[in-house]
Amino acid sequence: MSDEKTHIVPYRVYAFVLVALVVLTFLSIAITGYDLGKYTVAGALIFAVVKSFLVLTYFMHLKYDKPYIKIMVGFVFAILVVTIVVTFLDYLYR
Amino acid sequence: MQSTNAVNQANYLEYRGRFKGLFGWIFSTDHKRIGLLYLYSMAVMFSVGVLLGLAMKLELLAPGKTIMDAQDYNATFTVHGVIMIFMVVVPGLPAVFGNFLLPIMIGAKDVAFPKLNLLSWWFYVAGVFLVLAALLFGPGTPDTGWTFYAPYSFKTGTNMLPAIFGAFILGFSSILTGLNFLVTIHRMRCPGLKWSKLSLFVWTLYGTAWIQLLATPVVGITLVLVALERLFGVGIFDPALGGDPILYQHLFWIYSHPAVYIMILPAMGAISEIIPTFSQKHIFGYKAIIASTMAIAFVGYLVWGHHMFTAGMSGTAQYYFSLLTFLVAIPSAIKVFNWISTMYKGSINIQTPFYWAISFIFVFMIGGLSGLVLGALAANIYVHDTAFVVGHFHYIVFGGTGFAFFAAIHYWFPKIFGRMYDKAWANIGWIVFTIGFLTLYSPMFYLGMMGMPRRYYDYLEEFHGGNILSTFGSWILATGFIIIIVNLVRSARRGEKAEMNPWKGKTLEWTVPSPPPVENFDEIPEIAEDDGPYNY
Amino acid sequence: MEKVTHAPHDHYDAEASKIGMWLFIFTELLLFGILFVIYSVYRYLNHDAFHLAAAELDTFTGAVNTLILLVSSMTIAMSVTALQKNNKPLTLLLNGITFVIGVVFLVNKYFEWGAKFDHGIFPGSATLAETLSQGEILFFGLYFIMTGLHALHIIIGLVFIAVVMWKVARGKVHAGRSALLENSGLYWHLVDIIWIFLFPLFYLIV
Repeated sequence: MSDEKTHIVPYRVYAFVLVALVVLTFLSIAITGYDLGKYTVAGALIFAVVKSFLVLTYFMHLKYDKPYIKIMVGFVFAILVVTIVVTFLDYLYR
Repeated sequence: MQSTNAVNQANYLEYRGRFKGLFGWIFSTDHKRIGLLYLYSMAVMFSVGVLLGLAMKLELLAPGKTIMDAQDYNATFTVHGVIMIFMVVVPGLPAVFGNFLLPIMIGAKDVAFPKLNLLSWWFYVAGVFLVLAALLFGPGTPDTGWTFYAPYSFKTGTNMLPAIFGAFILGFSSILTGLNFLVTIHRMRCPGLKWSKLSLFVWTLYGTAWIQLLATPVVGITLVLVALERLFGVGIFDPALGGDPILYQHLFWIYSHPAVYIMILPAMGAISEIIPTFSQKHIFGYKAIIASTMAIAFVGYLVWGHHMFTAGMSGTAQYYFSLLTFLVAIPSAIKVFNWISTMYKGSINIQTPFYWAISFIFVFMIGGLSGLVLGALAANIYVHDTAFVVGHFHYIVFGGTGFAFFAAIHYWFPKIFGRMYDKAWANIGWIVFTIGFLTLYSPMFYLGMMGMPRRYYDYLEEFHGGNILSTFGSWILATGFIIIIVNLVRSARRGEKAEMNPWKGKTLEWTVPSPPPVENFDEIPEIAEDDGPYNY
Repeated sequence: MEKVTHAPHDHYDAEASKIGMWLFIFTELLLFGILFVIYSVYRYLNHDAFHLAAAELDTFTGAVNTLILLVSSMTIAMSVTALQKNNKPLTLLLNGITFVIGVVFLVNKYFEWGAKFDHGIFPGSATLAETLSQGEILFFGLYFIMTGLHALHIIIGLVFIAVVMWKVARGKVHAGRSALLENSGLYWHLVDIIWIFLFPLFYLIV
């Protein structure tokens, strides 16, 4: 139980992830500069989701963690999404 | 092997740590002492809540002003609600029996983070004092009801801020307890104790801890917003500034409905321990109970809107919430079915905890079925905000959690204190209490159906009979409560010494001496392949 | 709090403290998640007003804060690697960079809020009530609450990092006992993730 090996992540992985995050940030600024109408929100949020996925996977080590921790994290995000959907059952149809 | 386990350690009641006397308790990180700290502080708060409840019933003895006017009545039901919900039933069984028993039931020496555990209790005490400060000082006792509904909660001139902040701190205490239990169950099970061998009380604590963790932050941030609204006038829930008060109700019930399951799940867990022990028979449908526990925890998170059917929600949302509310009834009914089936053909040993357990099933059934009346959209509009609702949730929260709490304290009392209570007086206490309970709350169903609104200090003459009966019941209930408390307090000091396993239970806590030694076990136990928590 | 009592059976379980931290992060996610629920409801109800109000915010400052926060996330992630490779000076340096960036973030925030206050835009102000529509008032209310709560978390994170640096320097956190450093990293990344969502919702969607 005590001799679980920790995975040492090389520095360059983090550097690559940072580059990706910065590129995504600029892309999201660029894309919201255009008038996409009602898709602006969706566009910006997709970039945010991809970015936070990168942070969760690499910076927060989920890639190297045991499956049950990944399941928990996924579950919590799912609960949050379901809560938003259920709340909007009220506001969308009022 | 088991009879010699842990006999050469001091028991936790007599153990001397770094501090003596009171400090040895309030600075102790021992999970058993923390459990008792919760027990004592909750017993005090429960008694205060009972007194306030008695005062309300006395006010309703006759129409018009009896002992208090409208404003005092509003303050009384607010404080009664805040105390009973946030300080008694939400910490409830997990804080007392979870703390005391969880590590023993999984064969561990303590919880995963003992210091954090003590910190939770300190938060609890801090929250209690903040709320009490709101009562005693400042411009007036809060009068919003325990729900703190906006916009009134930031318009009223009463002393809301300490009450809100206190509830926030109490929530923090609840979160930390849940977090601690989750890590403990994941990481500290003794060798061989697989998930499929955990006792059901532990399983319900697991489900409860997830709700505590995921629901409590919601009410936390909502209360912060109300406080900010009072302080700065941000406008989030203020219709004058564009805010939507119904959104407050959504957010409040996103926590407070799951909170009902925080209260009832561990209660169901305790009943699932007691029934097999006194039937001397393997629990019927072990996996079904686990599955229904998790189903209740999950679906219960998504039904909050059934508290708001008359608030002005969209029709779509109403259909959805009504449907899911009915779905929650299924896993609850599965559990009742399992308990009854466990008793079938068992060798039943009728003792006080068993009386409490079967009366729990009885009142819980009535509470649950009246809940279906409220879950149906059309019926709900008829009885919304009437005494019917008050009767329903007292049957669930008091009849469910409260009865299970008394069942649990009578079941584990010999383990906790190492002494046995007077069984005859315990039975008398039970019967008086139960009769009082039924007399107190049953008339409320009738009164609500006839149209008597809740939260009014006055009523029409036609409701007089039912109210007299109900108030009379409150006195019987109080008598029963006094009998129970006196018997238990007396027995904790002077009762006869209890054996290690007086009820012939099979879960791990019955393999250690009564009261348990400081470190619970001399050696961490190992669970063999064919062992199980209910193998009779 | 600092009075550490070592129970005789005080054992080190890195995974337990990691799960503990994750569970705590879940509560934080729900806390901010609910604010996002409120934001989306009011955005839905006040579509145009939110667009108007968002144009008042300075995208450049927001973008700068986003970028430096991303860099600080990388440095603290790297510091864990450095510690595992037994490179104590590098660990402290990387943590120090993270700390400084966190402070810079707060300074930016201070000037940003200050500019708003100078224009009379703050909760409960007379300007807000007289000149702006209800939707705009809600937007700025949410802006101050959400960025304020985020800034509070930055401050907590900074304290956390400072404590960890002190323990690394004293040798109490080392390659064999790195859980505390990893947890401070997890917390900092959480703060980063929240900002990743705050930035587009307040600054970009105009």
